[in-house]
Amino acid sequence: MADNHSNNNAEWPLWEVFTQPKSGKPHEHAGSLHAVDAENALQNARDVYSRRNEAVSIWVVPSDQITASTPEDMGSFFDPASDKPYRHPQFYSVPRAVKKRT
Amino acid sequence: MLLTFTVEFIFMTTTNKLSNQEALISYLLRLADDRLILGQRVSEWCGHGPELEEDLALTNIALDLIGHASALYELAGIVEGEGHDEDHFAYFRDDADFTNLQLCELPNNDYAFTIARLFLFSAFGYFLYEELQKVSNPQFKGMAEKHLKEVKYHLRHSRDWVLRLGDGTEESHKRIQDAFDEIWMYVGELFFMDEVDEVVLNDGNGADLSSFHSKWKTLVEETLTEATLSVPDWEQFMMTGSRNGMHTEHLGHILSTMQFLRRSHPDAVWK
Repeated sequence: MADNHSNNNAEWPLWEVFTQPKSGKPHEHAGSLHAVDAENALQNARDVYSRRNEAVSIWVVPSDQITASTPEDMGSFFDPASDKPYRHPQFYSVPRAVKKRT
Repeated sequence: MLLTFTVEFIFMTTTNKLSNQEALISYLLRLADDRLILGQRVSEWCGHGPELEEDLALTNIALDLIGHASALYELAGIVEGEGHDEDHFAYFRDDADFTNLQLCELPNNDYAFTIARLFLFSAFGYFLYEELQKVSNPQFKGMAEKHLKEVKYHLRHSRDWVLRLGDGTEESHKRIQDAFDEIWMYVGELFFMDEVDEVVLNDGNGADLSSFHSKWKTLVEETLTEATLSVPDWEQFMMTGSRNGMHTEHLGHILSTMQFLRRSHPDAVWK
């Protein structure tokens, strides 16, 4: 068993679960759960997040291995994109000549 | 007088050969009883699992087992043709009519014991269902295909836990070793075969248990060894008799819990 688990009363480590609804589709975050190791996390994910046929593939990742942005990052991370509509394809009108060809 | 008795006795044993139909009913009921009783036992963990996730896993397995039992009872009722449904077989038979293995009726004790039992039974079920893929009854065959997938998962889950507990802490190692030591005298019955097995096997609806006995033993020995556990003595005293309705005192208790509601309201239906 994991070394960080010498204390019997400690909770099992937390894992994040990603499920793929169909092959070809991206894996999406389904939720999290506790498990003693990777194989156990996979089995628990199967029981918790795919018992109603939701998945064809499962990924599990130890939660502490995920580096996440913080609420304080919000301003500097995301605001600069809000006034740059030209990053959306819809910003551009398609020239008539191109439209005709399609 | 004695002569008459002897003649009668010989007469009975030679003419009372089980028909294919009778044998198949008994066979299906044995399979179903194993799964119903073990499913009921495992379901006792619902709400009491060591962790929420393991609680769900065990409850899932219990439901799978009860589902297998239900399908097997239903088929037994069809083969019998007397209008008995799965509820009849599950709720309105007494302990002497149940032919489940004693292994399945033993109390859960602790989590290690639950896992040890589930591992031994799932490993057996896995090889059994592999053999049953070839049965001739189409409904039985379809069921065997579906159940095998679920049993594979039960085996994987319980085997992993045997490894984790055996190769875990001092406490977990001791508990799972104690569990195997205690349960060992109930494993001999897994491979018991009698006339019922012979008749269904000849009829293409059974499994020759001896064909996978050594594979099962190897899987068990390899798993226990990998889990740093010692394999108890295969030659020790083994319990017998459950296929003929001989049980431990635990079966009556589990049946009373399981059956009382249905028997108090025999005509109730799910709406």
